Amino acid sequence: MKKTDFALPEFSLRFIPIWQRHFLVWKKMAATSILGHLADPLIYMLGLGLGLGSLLPEMGGTSYLVFLSAGTVCYSTMNSATFEALYSCFARMHEQRTWDAIMNTPVTLDDIVLSEILWAASKSLLSGLAVLAVIWAMGLSHSVLSIWLIPLSLLIGLCFASLGLIMTAMAPSYSFFMYYFTLVITPTMFLSGVFFPVTRLPAWLQSVSAVLPLSHAVEIARPLMNGILPPCLLLNLSVLLGYTLFGYYMSLVLFRKRLSQ
Amino acid sequence: MNAVLSAHNLRKCYGNQVVVNDLSISLNKGECFGLLGPNGAGKTTTLRLLLGLIAPDAGELWLLGHAVPQQARDARMRVGVVPQLDNLDPDFTVAENLLVYGRYFDMSDAAIEARLPELLEFANLTHKRDAKIPTLSGGMKRRLTLARALVNDPDVIFLDEPTTGLDPQARHLIWQRLRELTAQGKTLLLTTHFMEEAERLCHRLAVMDNGRIISQGSPHELIAQNIEPQVVEVFGEQAAAWAQNHAAQHAQRFETSGESVFCYVNDAQPLLKELQHHPGLRYVHRPANLEDVFLKLTGREMRE
Repeated sequence: MKKTDFALPEFSLRFIPIWQRHFLVWKKMAATSILGHLADPLIYMLGLGLGLGSLLPEMGGTSYLVFLSAGTVCYSTMNSATFEALYSCFARMHEQRTWDAIMNTPVTLDDIVLSEILWAASKSLLSGLAVLAVIWAMGLSHSVLSIWLIPLSLLIGLCFASLGLIMTAMAPSYSFFMYYFTLVITPTMFLSGVFFPVTRLPAWLQSVSAVLPLSHAVEIARPLMNGILPPCLLLNLSVLLGYTLFGYYMSLVLFRKRLSQ
Repeated sequence: MNAVLSAHNLRKCYGNQVVVNDLSISLNKGECFGLLGPNGAGKTTTLRLLLGLIAPDAGELWLLGHAVPQQARDARMRVGVVPQLDNLDPDFTVAENLLVYGRYFDMSDAAIEARLPELLEFANLTHKRDAKIPTLSGGMKRRLTLARALVNDPDVIFLDEPTTGLDPQARHLIWQRLRELTAQGKTLLLTTHFMEEAERLCHRLAVMDNGRIISQGSPHELIAQNIEPQVVEVFGEQAAAWAQNHAAQHAQRFETSGESVFCYVNDAQPLLKELQHHPGLRYVHRPANLEDVFLKLTGREMRE
């Protein structure tokens, strides 16, 4: 690795036309995309919430469905950012060579990586909005505070897009991403309090959970949904932001190395 | 500095391998400069260096008055690139590809829209304006890639093997367009391994092998400097045996390749007379061309 690979990101507004490009592609299949954002999380939320929920007592003073709804916003935004940052980015970088075409213009790799993170986060925002719309329509949350889940969706998106890009920068092929989903994303989903309270986990798993970014997202989302201010908001936000910056920088360094070959 | 591009002693290594070795070239405004070389000679790496996409390990480079790679971004504002592999956006139409690409150069949508008819006309794609990329033929895709490289009205255009994989009709159309561009005063830098392409288009050429420029000049100069002016190709089963016994007497130099013998001569008459005595041999007498130079300089062995 060269010293220049470790330089700090060079910021410019040239990421905007790349974001616009992704948006134009997305617009062409918006209907299927929105359906995808909605169908999967809703099936889980309603399936588990209504089915499993009928067997369960109240959880923290709310029904299981309400408990699950906050987690669903968090994990569905995580998933949509991760998919975008892994599969779609890899296609643009490796298969379609879109990045090569863009880098022949005044736009640089630093702009591209930033645009990919922002785009994946935009899709997360959309995914979060779609789930929230259903939550509000079903009357699962009556608190005005739940509006704050909208910017939270964006932050979760930024965080998992940045982390996902590290994988993309190292991936030799699509099949590499299976490891990340199986070994990171799926365990994260079960250890972060999406489906059941973290306190139900054995102590050592609770310590693992404490360092996972999604746990901190859920710790913000669930109180807000019930109209309560999250008790450790500053800590939770710092962790999410920290992972975002770490992922952004790491992935940029790795992309610089990969694409200077 | 008058040169549009000037590179001095550029060097690029990957590990222990020197991919570009003390390369110096200079491009004048309005000329078409060709970079020739077998596969793996370092042509594409050279283009990437010249564009500032990778940093050289040594050397100095100026492109359109900007130091590269330090100010490569500014330089690339006035540069167009036709890459070796098509990387058009498959999700977009022909017009959308141009629109999206123009935005990378800070162009407003209105400014790009205003340029579209001219670009589509140049690429013979006016009727395909709203066609999706997967429905285009190989030649159309190449023409669109060329039009895309012109969207910012560049001063310099880099073309990496612009006609590889095209049929003769498509190739001739691209050649005609490239000549129009130089006539407009654009500077072209193209890599190729088609000698005919180099001979027809390029004002000046550099032959590259193993990362080095081994000869540089106009097509005529390259031929005059490196090789005898006339070639007699002799074919047939007995050609090799004939060459062993007779070729050296009448040719300055000869090379045997399978059942063909290439005789390089200053004056072909004695050799042609000699060949009259061997009715079993067929032959072709022609002036020396760039391909002869290329094969002499880079050898006849396969590069894989």
